[in-house]
Amino acid sequence: MSIDASRRSLSEWLQSEQPASRRQARLGQAWRTWLLFTGNRLGMIGLAIVVLLVLVAIFANVIAPYDPVLGGDLRTERLLPPSLDHLMGTDDLARDIFSRVIHGARLTLMVVALVAIIATPIGLLVGTVSGYFGGWVDTVLMRITDIFLAFPRLILALAFVAALGPGIENAIIAIAITSWPPYARLARAETLTIRNAEHIDAIRLQGASSGRIIWGHVVPLCLSSVIIRVTLDMAGIILTAAGLGFLGLGAQPPQPEWGAMIAGGRRFIIDYWWVATMPGIAIFTVSLGFNLLGDGLRDVLDPKAEK
Amino acid sequence: MSATSAFAEGRSRALPAFLGKAVRLLATIAVTIFGLLVVTFLIGRVVPVDPVLAVVGDRASQSTYDKAFVELGLDRPLYVQFGLYVEKAVTGDFGESLLTKKPIINDIARAFPATLELATVAILIGTLFGIPVGVWAAVRQGKLVDQVVRIVGLMGYSAPIFWLGLLGLLVFYAKWGIVAGPGRIDISYEYAFTPTTGLFLLDTAMQGQWGAFRNVVSHIALPASLLGYFSMAYIARMTRSFMLNELAQEYIVTARVKGVAEWRIIWVHALRNAAVPLVTVVTLSYASLLEGSVLTETVFAWPGLGQYLTNSLQNADMNAVLGGTLLIGIIFVGLNLLSDFLYTVLDPRVRRRA
Repeated sequence: MSIDASRRSLSEWLQSEQPASRRQARLGQAWRTWLLFTGNRLGMIGLAIVVLLVLVAIFANVIAPYDPVLGGDLRTERLLPPSLDHLMGTDDLARDIFSRVIHGARLTLMVVALVAIIATPIGLLVGTVSGYFGGWVDTVLMRITDIFLAFPRLILALAFVAALGPGIENAIIAIAITSWPPYARLARAETLTIRNAEHIDAIRLQGASSGRIIWGHVVPLCLSSVIIRVTLDMAGIILTAAGLGFLGLGAQPPQPEWGAMIAGGRRFIIDYWWVATMPGIAIFTVSLGFNLLGDGLRDVLDPKAEK
Repeated sequence: MSATSAFAEGRSRALPAFLGKAVRLLATIAVTIFGLLVVTFLIGRVVPVDPVLAVVGDRASQSTYDKAFVELGLDRPLYVQFGLYVEKAVTGDFGESLLTKKPIINDIARAFPATLELATVAILIGTLFGIPVGVWAAVRQGKLVDQVVRIVGLMGYSAPIFWLGLLGLLVFYAKWGIVAGPGRIDISYEYAFTPTTGLFLLDTAMQGQWGAFRNVVSHIALPASLLGYFSMAYIARMTRSFMLNELAQEYIVTARVKGVAEWRIIWVHALRNAAVPLVTVVTLSYASLLEGSVLTETVFAWPGLGQYLTNSLQNADMNAVLGGTLLIGIIFVGLNLLSDFLYTVLDPRVRRRA
């Protein structure tokens, strides 16, 4: 009864029409967005998949029944079909595929997180500076952005990995280098509409420096649309990383990266279909999750976009 | 003032505006291609593989090494090297492939028709299915059809293409045997015709080699349907959103009030207006098929640009990688501009504003 009452008052506090503090207003806004989002069934499924991915990555050691790198007995445990002992079967080195897929979640999450951490700030910085200053700064920065956009993404990533050498770190750098241009474009477009707003004029009259205006007042307003865009891109990032892994340019063996595992199972696809199929299901599920989450977020946060 | 003179005046004003636009367009192309050159040059410079060793081999004496070092122009300042690089690239000289010992441009010219054929068949499949499906989803917005189209599209966005390719080969080639396996054509048919255009479908059909034609079709069917599915997902999604936009316009209400048949409103009135942005979508989708084909070509052993690129990569053949990257970049820029151009030509509103 008292818990129920306090819950109701919390919900009332969150949805109050007259928030007493900035914190209450912000939390209230977040709460209303969340309520909207929970009504989006596909978006919630996406969120569940992504949360599951994070949990699996954190508890990989606990969940995985076998070691992901050390195999079993090569004489008796190679290429076993899926069974209760080996849920997804074993590969040609007698390794349990289920354990490798579970540990692969860590690599996938790492790639997605690092690419987002590297590419988002670059895109935000280039876009806001370009949009805020305009003139020749804008021309130069946008020309550079266009040049990066002129390459197909996978091809440019391939060329960078070729130059840097194969490996998952270099694959991450290459994907990040090819990911930021759309974010810069988006941040610039947002900045152009924000730049002439009255509150920006007011801050400028108070003598704030350009750096302070961009960092403190323009970037926060661009952030939400850029974050939606990054979430929508995450499936693409996962697929690019898997593609690089498949071509032997991403994670190197014996790392349990999903794309590289598919490449490893490719030779036996006709007789031992599960070796290449299982990691593919994992990639498919996770990128579907990110796509659903991104779509849901866009529906909720950006009603202007296509329905 | 009569209507004709107003029209003539508008025309005479439009011409210089059009020229100005053309000049600006050319400048954009020049700057972008220059940028592509800078990026590929810089990638070539940071590569850890020593380009001299690649030419002379690692057993060469110091004097041979030094000679090659000078011959390759590596002793000169970076901007001079870049100048030489641009000069050669403009004449189509991207150096020699370390693998085939032939000029890169010849290798690419040989591989390109295979990619072009695959991408063209795929875009035809994607467009022929994508547009009707997108229209259908828009008309039945929120209904079951719409949901199914959305889910099927999302699955297309989420599945790794190389994985679907492998599964396709497993099911349709190995298990059911209804399509041919990897490659463009069986060896037994390879010399049945002379590849004049390099587009095997066209070549075999023109020379009346129907056996070879059927073989080519059964080879291209699976990879092209796969790529076609991916572009269909994109085209259907965009068609749906453009159609929803058009169907909400007032001229649709007017047409309904006039009693125009519903199919005519959808397929003639609305679709014709949605067609202009759709041309852009199809062109961009065509461009992205060139990229998507890198993985598909690897899976299906398709001897196109993508496979050439990955083969060169795995053999650290940097000249070939950079030449191929540059060329794909230029094709990409070209198709982007083409889509802009078509937009201007097809949409009278944009044309007038120009």
